[in-house]
Amino acid sequence: MKTVSKLMAAACLFAGVFAASEGVRADEPIKVGVLHSLSGTMAISETALKDVMEFLISEQNAKGGVLGRKLEAVVVDPASDWPLFAEKARELIEQHEVDVVFGCWTSVSRKSVLPVFEELNGMLFYPVQYEGEESSRNIFYTGAAPNQQAIPAVEYLMSEEGGSVERWVLAGTDYVYPRTTNKILEAFLKAKGVAEEDIMINYTPFGHSDWQTIVSDIKKFASAGKKTAVVSTINGDANVPFYKELGNQGIAAEDIPVVAFSVGEEELAGIDTGPLVGHLAAWNYFMSVESDKNSEVIEKWHEFIGDEDRVFNDPMEAHYIGFQMWVQAVEKAGTTDIDAVRAAMYGQTAPNLTGGTAVMNVNHHLSKPVLIGEIQDDGQFDVVWETDGVVPGDAWSDFIPESAKLMSDWTEPFSCGNCEKPSS
Amino acid sequence: MIDRKSRDLSGSRILGTAALGAALLFAAAPVASEPSEADFHAALQALDTKKFQQKAQAIEHLGTLGAPRVLEVLESLAKGRLYVRKDGRIVIAERSGKKYIIQDAISGRPEPEASKKELKKIKVNNRLRRLIRGVTGQLALFSDDPDRRIEAADNLIKNPNPQILPLFRQARDRETDDAVRAKLEVGIAVLELEADDPALRLAATATLAETSDPDIRSLLERRLQTDAEPNLEIRDALNGAIETIDRKLWLFGIAENLLFGISLGSVLLLAAIGLAITFGVMGVINMAHGEMIMLGAYSAFMVQEIFRSVVPPELFGFYLLAALPVAFLVSASMGVLIERGVIRFLYGRPLETLLATWGISLILQQLVRSIFGANNQEVANPEWISGAIEIAGGVTVTLNRLCIILFSLAVVAALAAFIRYSRFGLNMRAVTQNRSMAASMGIRTGQVDALTFALGSGIAGVAGMALSQISNVSPNLGQNFIVDSFMVVVFGGVGSLWGTIVGAFSLGIVNKFLEPVSGAILGKIVVLVFIILFIQMRPRGLFALKGRAAGD
Repeated sequence: MKTVSKLMAAACLFAGVFAASEGVRADEPIKVGVLHSLSGTMAISETALKDVMEFLISEQNAKGGVLGRKLEAVVVDPASDWPLFAEKARELIEQHEVDVVFGCWTSVSRKSVLPVFEELNGMLFYPVQYEGEESSRNIFYTGAAPNQQAIPAVEYLMSEEGGSVERWVLAGTDYVYPRTTNKILEAFLKAKGVAEEDIMINYTPFGHSDWQTIVSDIKKFASAGKKTAVVSTINGDANVPFYKELGNQGIAAEDIPVVAFSVGEEELAGIDTGPLVGHLAAWNYFMSVESDKNSEVIEKWHEFIGDEDRVFNDPMEAHYIGFQMWVQAVEKAGTTDIDAVRAAMYGQTAPNLTGGTAVMNVNHHLSKPVLIGEIQDDGQFDVVWETDGVVPGDAWSDFIPESAKLMSDWTEPFSCGNCEKPSS
Repeated sequence: MIDRKSRDLSGSRILGTAALGAALLFAAAPVASEPSEADFHAALQALDTKKFQQKAQAIEHLGTLGAPRVLEVLESLAKGRLYVRKDGRIVIAERSGKKYIIQDAISGRPEPEASKKELKKIKVNNRLRRLIRGVTGQLALFSDDPDRRIEAADNLIKNPNPQILPLFRQARDRETDDAVRAKLEVGIAVLELEADDPALRLAATATLAETSDPDIRSLLERRLQTDAEPNLEIRDALNGAIETIDRKLWLFGIAENLLFGISLGSVLLLAAIGLAITFGVMGVINMAHGEMIMLGAYSAFMVQEIFRSVVPPELFGFYLLAALPVAFLVSASMGVLIERGVIRFLYGRPLETLLATWGISLILQQLVRSIFGANNQEVANPEWISGAIEIAGGVTVTLNRLCIILFSLAVVAALAAFIRYSRFGLNMRAVTQNRSMAASMGIRTGQVDALTFALGSGIAGVAGMALSQISNVSPNLGQNFIVDSFMVVVFGGVGSLWGTIVGAFSLGIVNKFLEPVSGAILGKIVVLVFIILFIQMRPRGLFALKGRAAGD
């Protein structure tokens, strides 16, 4: 009897300890990792994303958090140093034990953290438009795939509305995103019947600042009597001198429009946009879009950050959507367990700030609307064209032969990101 | 192709004729019969639609009205200044702070101000802007301002439309300005290439052979390729004209590369000249040199902001002049701080200097990032250095680049004179040539070191001010220049100002001649490899200091 009561006591004690530990868990905040560069070259773009994550988390906490627990942001600075991204990702998952990470901007940083997230079974939300050709079980891509940005933009320019462009300059910075995007675009243009000699491809190093020769080459290329446009995948700092040179050499958007995939409100902040009016950008979001949801969020954002001049841009909206979906998925799963949350992610919907609803697909990409905007003299964009509905993101481009046959579907029974489509 | 384009661009033939009619009305009788206000109003209100297609029709219709206000309304539309008020009327609004200053579109009468919420902008896209340019361009052919007439003629040449031939001829006959007349002759020739009369076509070919425009060259070539020209004699003339233009273009191409090279060279020179002093003269491997440039650029930004808020707007363009001493002083004082605080303890230990100054450069970058934020700051180009000068045949040099070329030469000249003729320059040279001897002569070497470093840093700051006109002003600004600067100084010869000049310009020119052939990336690599090989052969650079003065 004694032993039994002893056992009972021990059991009670255990239960008590357990209950207590459960109680501690419920009080403990859910940790959200934020992996954006706050120093170095990419700080220009990524700092705003860290700010927006803090904004979203404080908003959610004001609503009572998730599963009754508060959220806590764990911010680390990978300093625009690609290998450091991998180290910091490991630190977030192993030491801080975060339940989800929002982060990265450049593709090279994403490629650097990808093995870490796969090895440790983490979850990353990647908010930037990118070149596609990737699908990881542990990454949700909330930015645009090429078929949600590059292809529609080129189709727009080809249309009568966009100016019936027949000759193309593909200008980009020399790294993986522009090279892959241009490969897809080149294949796409050729499929549309554009001749080899009507495509000019040009790469420049990061931070290129002397654009005289290239702009003058573009002018010469455009003098062949066919309507010419420039498709720019020039990234980061190099854009400012590029646009300045265009303006100074008198290339107006009416003559040679430039459509850019990496230039948003944030990047235009450092330029006098007067001479650039009419040049284009393709995104899934523009700050200038008039919708109630958009103005509400922008107002709250300005209140949070305490500066009326701060802009809101496409990758920030991507975080907004991704974060909302993650919150809903955690609530649906009732736990922060990675596998359960992942299963709950598929089919999650969240309202776009520009209207309509974004859907998370089984290939970890979103269905989102595509907008094309023209630069205005106040540094904002006016939307001149948009897709009728939402476009589902395609991980593997249909225009690259090796990729066209690949398919990504992370639900059972297929559960693979880069396998060939079943023949039937 | 041209035909197709003109159809797309200027909407339709009808428009061409209509606008022509309007323009002729203008030309013949400036006080044409005014359209009734009701017509104008109706035509204008048609712009209030979401569909670009309907807007295009409205613009075409407006073009046919021929009222003087139409020009202003269409130009406002192209600039995005046409808005719909809450009550549905269309007005011209210009932003002024938070408010919009408004005038009635039809009468031009001022109206009460409005806030952004009460106005809806009438959006235009590139296609509409082109359409507007076509309509207004034909009206502007008869403008009082010769520059506008040239611009209008240029636009019409780019989008040739046979309908405007009589208009061109009429404009030429009235034209008094030679430059404009020459432009108009070219425009007429472009259109007469398709005339029925072979004599006209031949004359047109001869006129066009005088030009040096790649656009016209491809136009001639298309005439040949598409076999649009049946007459053999004219075909020969066309071939001849293309050859003539090609020769000119080839020459211009070389001139252009040379110009671009000099321009790049002047940027390199500006970036390197401060380093030529700190590294070249003092032998300090100063990795924070780029940050001195950055500080100069930020000083220019600060001065600009002060000018924006304090000084009347008409003087705003002169902020750069005020920024010059500020940039110098800010960077120079930072230089003194670094020299007295860190570098003076490390003389003779180059590796430690390198690491320490590199650390300083990171600290300065992060400091600026914390104060100003990571984003680019907008440093506006003042009016007087915006735009470009067209030298000939599409060879353009942008004014800001031209100013930088002149400025870099001025800085070098001033610096050389200062070192050569001033007392401090003498002390500086003495210390560099033989420190201990100078010290025994009573020169305070420590002070000279500090001031020399300050001079080099200050000049880097001035360079930063100039470079803010063509580059990004961001905390990373300096990093982009540091490698190039060292390259120039090492190549030119350490310690030689003259070497720095020659080094900068020759690297700039070589780079620009390589770039069209090899692309920007390979071009850079080739130049680097060349410098490495060159240093193997001449370790002291182009202009090595000789004799005992060289140290060791």
